[in-house]
Amino acid sequence: MMDTRRHLRGIGDLDRAALERLLDLTDHMAEVGRRANPKVPALRGRTMCNLFFEDSTRTRMSFDTAAKRLSADTMTLAVGSSSVNKGESLRDTVETLGAMGVDAFVVRHRSSGVPWRIAEWTEASVINAGDGWHQHPTQALLDLYTIRSERARRLGEDAGFEGLRVGVIGDIRHSRVARSLTEALGLLGAVVVHIGPRTLMPPTPLARSTDDLDGELEDLDVVYLLRMQNERMDAALIPSGEEYTRRFALDPQRAGRLGEHVLVMHPGPMNRGVEITVDPTTLPGAVVTTQVTNGIAARMAVLFDLLGGVETEVSA
Amino acid sequence: MSERVESVQPRGGTVLRGGTVIDVAGERRVDVRLVDGRIAETGDLPADGDAEVIDVTGLVVAPGFVDLHTHLREPGMTEAETIETGSRAAALGGYTAVVAMPNTDPTQDCVSVVEFVRSQGRSAGLCDVHPSGSITVGRAGEQLTPFAELASVGVHLFTDDGSGVQDDGLMRRALEYAGELGLVLAQHCEVSSMTTGAVMHEGECCSHLGLPGWPALAEELMVHRDIELVRLTGAPVHLLHLSTARSVALVRAAKADGLPVTAEATPHHISLTDERLGSFDPLFKVNPPLRTMADVEAVRDGLVDGTIDAIATDHAPHPPQAKERPLDAAPPGMLGLETAFGVARAHLDLELRELIGLMSWRPAAIAGLADRHGRPVEAGEPANLAVLDPDGRWTVDPGRLASRSTNTPFTDVPLVGRTRHTFLHGVAVVRDGVATR
Repeated sequence: MMDTRRHLRGIGDLDRAALERLLDLTDHMAEVGRRANPKVPALRGRTMCNLFFEDSTRTRMSFDTAAKRLSADTMTLAVGSSSVNKGESLRDTVETLGAMGVDAFVVRHRSSGVPWRIAEWTEASVINAGDGWHQHPTQALLDLYTIRSERARRLGEDAGFEGLRVGVIGDIRHSRVARSLTEALGLLGAVVVHIGPRTLMPPTPLARSTDDLDGELEDLDVVYLLRMQNERMDAALIPSGEEYTRRFALDPQRAGRLGEHVLVMHPGPMNRGVEITVDPTTLPGAVVTTQVTNGIAARMAVLFDLLGGVETEVSA
Repeated sequence: MSERVESVQPRGGTVLRGGTVIDVAGERRVDVRLVDGRIAETGDLPADGDAEVIDVTGLVVAPGFVDLHTHLREPGMTEAETIETGSRAAALGGYTAVVAMPNTDPTQDCVSVVEFVRSQGRSAGLCDVHPSGSITVGRAGEQLTPFAELASVGVHLFTDDGSGVQDDGLMRRALEYAGELGLVLAQHCEVSSMTTGAVMHEGECCSHLGLPGWPALAEELMVHRDIELVRLTGAPVHLLHLSTARSVALVRAAKADGLPVTAEATPHHISLTDERLGSFDPLFKVNPPLRTMADVEAVRDGLVDGTIDAIATDHAPHPPQAKERPLDAAPPGMLGLETAFGVARAHLDLELRELIGLMSWRPAAIAGLADRHGRPVEAGEPANLAVLDPDGRWTVDPGRLASRSTNTPFTDVPLVGRTRHTFLHGVAVVRDGVATR
């Protein structure tokens, strides 16, 4: 029998049309979320299983809420730092849970590629909730949706992504958020520049890279800050947190040079005083909490897209 | 030293009739008679009532292959392979001798472990198993193993394979000490401070996949260092599993300078590239990692022009559960013994005699086995032979391999050339592609 399952393991599972369809679907789901009773029976009888081999309360709660708003059943396996986390029984775990009747696995793992392996061991669809440094496609989707809807709201019309200038600032090398976002923006015709020290820039044909934040700042439509992790200093990738902050943080001076229309984004959780030293609530372009809200709608869209058969529809 | 296997043969021995002999001397159409573990005569041998006759028409009779780089996993990791199962895999691949790598548990750094490996090989009786020794005790990179004592029980090649000797000063002393004993040190070239956590070749592919990279330079720096240490000490070095274009160029230059440097390359480094890791399947994880197409072509060129002296398998069995871990947690390594000839034949533009040389008499010389293996197919020589179907096309079925493990990366690679029979000291240990013991 032909394998008719679909997955969202990475942005590579989508083409431009599929990505645009998901953004449109996210719009519908956001509308559901604004209702007094934000719940539809679209995925009644479907089961989503959270398989979190790495702690992430926020992402897990976002997927859980998305599934519940679509009336899907949910299961959760949260594995902290047990032996499964090292992967010894990954396949057994997946096969056991799969036998309980799972339609979609939502997978978070510290190792790049695990969702691809799991897809080979299960009949269910696989949604990547973050694998290693590799991909985090629902984060990219919620970010794109946030850019699209906020620009439409602020500029009065849907300007689209063609030619949009997005600066992703920080530790690109170790960031699954940056990889997914860069790939997705590229699909839609946006121009991405990676900004940070060369030790944190991976070679990629998908973006230009530079360490000159101040030279780029005034050309950007979107400033996307990444979380800077302390262990990067230990590995001698940067000399110190202070030096990083001096060169690459969004500080009040730099914030003052941003155009009025510029969106300031962050995937969270934010390291105040490291990658950002200005209070984001004072920035008119900051949309960080909107990103979180949109995360639920984006994940509803993905779940519905993968699990909603012909017999289900989004309706009140 | 005699490692003859007991055999029951007709008095007239075994006659291989109708084949083409290819050996160091060239290529000729002759029959070969094997009696009591040796080649009794060659020529146009008439029918003889008292001999077993094997029709090898259309096949090639060659000296058996010699693998410089086999991980047999015993002692210590017998869930992956045993000396018996690995020897069987070797015999099926046409090998009559393998050099057993020392990264066993315990390490092959003392006479007792070395003798254990040798005796397990002898009792399996499928292939001559020649243990190598580690350069440092426990492969810890600190204290030299007793080279002379190990040499006295027949160990010729020493290596810390699995990792390189990081300490420059220690490597220099090891070369000085081993060199005057006439021994060969073999290096796994990897500067470990550049490969912390590395999963695959560092490059655009690795960057796209979000994996820590293993830069080509980490190999090349140690290749360069060891070449300069050879220049300083005059002691020979054998460079294991070369994988990068620049490594090949460095060895080419060293040979042009007349330095006693030899090198090997694996079947997987001439056939597969880093793009295979896009599946995240740990079957494609190996150390050194699969590189780019430009590297693959440079390694092939090195084999073709003689810069690289031997094809060696780096046969590295791992049990299925180990290869079902996430890519970064899975151990590196691939099976190689049963597929080496088929992969090499399919991926190298070489005369058959040149290819057989890369797998037989040239590695035999490096391993110090030139008196027993890779010999001319002539009267009086030991009957260690592979009978090859040089153009047989086949694909590998991991479930039917003799190895205890199944981690072959070649399931979808068309292979050309296969072993039909293998004779070890005159005994047919493989007949018609099936191991006889």
